[in-house]
Amino acid sequence: MSESQKTIEIEVLRYHPEKDKEPHKQVFEVPFTDDMSVLQGVQYIKDYLDGSLSFRWSCRMAICGSCGMMINGEPSLSCQTFLRDFYPARVRVEALSHFPIERDLVVNIEGFIEKLESIQPYIIPKEPRTLAQGEYLQTPEQLNAYEQFSSCINCLLCYAACPQFGLNPSFIGPAATALLHRYNVDSRDGGKAERMELVNSEEGVFNCTAVGYCSEVCPKQVDPANAVNQNKTNSAADYFLRFLTPKGGAK
Amino acid sequence: MKPTLKRSNAPIFWALFGAGGMLSALLGPMLVFITGLAVPLGWLLPPDTMSYPRMLAFAQNFIGKGFIFAIIALFLWHAAHRIFHSLHDIGIHAGTAAKLLCYGSAMVGTLLAAYALLVIGF
Repeated sequence: MSESQKTIEIEVLRYHPEKDKEPHKQVFEVPFTDDMSVLQGVQYIKDYLDGSLSFRWSCRMAICGSCGMMINGEPSLSCQTFLRDFYPARVRVEALSHFPIERDLVVNIEGFIEKLESIQPYIIPKEPRTLAQGEYLQTPEQLNAYEQFSSCINCLLCYAACPQFGLNPSFIGPAATALLHRYNVDSRDGGKAERMELVNSEEGVFNCTAVGYCSEVCPKQVDPANAVNQNKTNSAADYFLRFLTPKGGAK
Repeated sequence: MKPTLKRSNAPIFWALFGAGGMLSALLGPMLVFITGLAVPLGWLLPPDTMSYPRMLAFAQNFIGKGFIFAIIALFLWHAAHRIFHSLHDIGIHAGTAAKLLCYGSAMVGTLLAAYALLVIGF
């Protein structure tokens, strides 16, 4: 380390369930260069200062969605947030809000995985199709209807941003609703009626109060708030028109 | 989660909230200007614009009645929903009591408006 090496303080929320009663902060002095991300900062801590620090990461380039953390209170991917934007002030790094902490910066995402399964995030064909019938064809317009919502990487920043999910964890939430919408508006899909049961339910879209912070923090520009609010309209239409149409998604 | 899905009755309140929001956004500022500034201060409008006989005639007219009812009732439902969810936002876990109080007062206001508009005659 040269004399002129700059350092930055990184404050990390630590929690080891086997010995800590509650989470507490710990400050590390980390040498940094202008091109270092917050993820590289915590990796430095693990490699050189405290090997017991736990966090999730994989791709380092905002594709895998593993390294979401609260950075100075904002849900962010630590791989695309840079230390230089905070220097010379201290950076605060904490586990994602609204999720139970498993250890240090690692949160328990089981609840989300269950939600993800419940929306049936795959194409449910309208009718059985043989190989001889060939591939599905879609117009650019049909692709456009869902493409944006298919960019979700399940990083959960939107859940950490959503005050309603924070108050009511059974709310299906932004990312799961965006993915649900992605399949519902796909021209190849026939599962809308089944998924609408979830949209219409007490766990569904009406938990949202249109705060919109979910879309602001989304690193992939998915705009989950848009998906949620489009489905409020869909759900209200379904609620009032279900008696007029022979088959609605309703029970 | 899946087996116990219960349909939410939120669309009823959401629709009333939406209708009231649309109406208040479009007409609210104009009504505040007319009833709160222009008429009392004598701006732009003749001084007897909101005189008793004129307003009575307005309220006795079928369309005027409908307008007054929609403004009062839908504004109230909009406000009730917004207040109810703001309680939720600031962490007051809005249970049945808060729900009854918010939507109940909108319902009472709606019924009172309907009653007053009916007894005033046609």
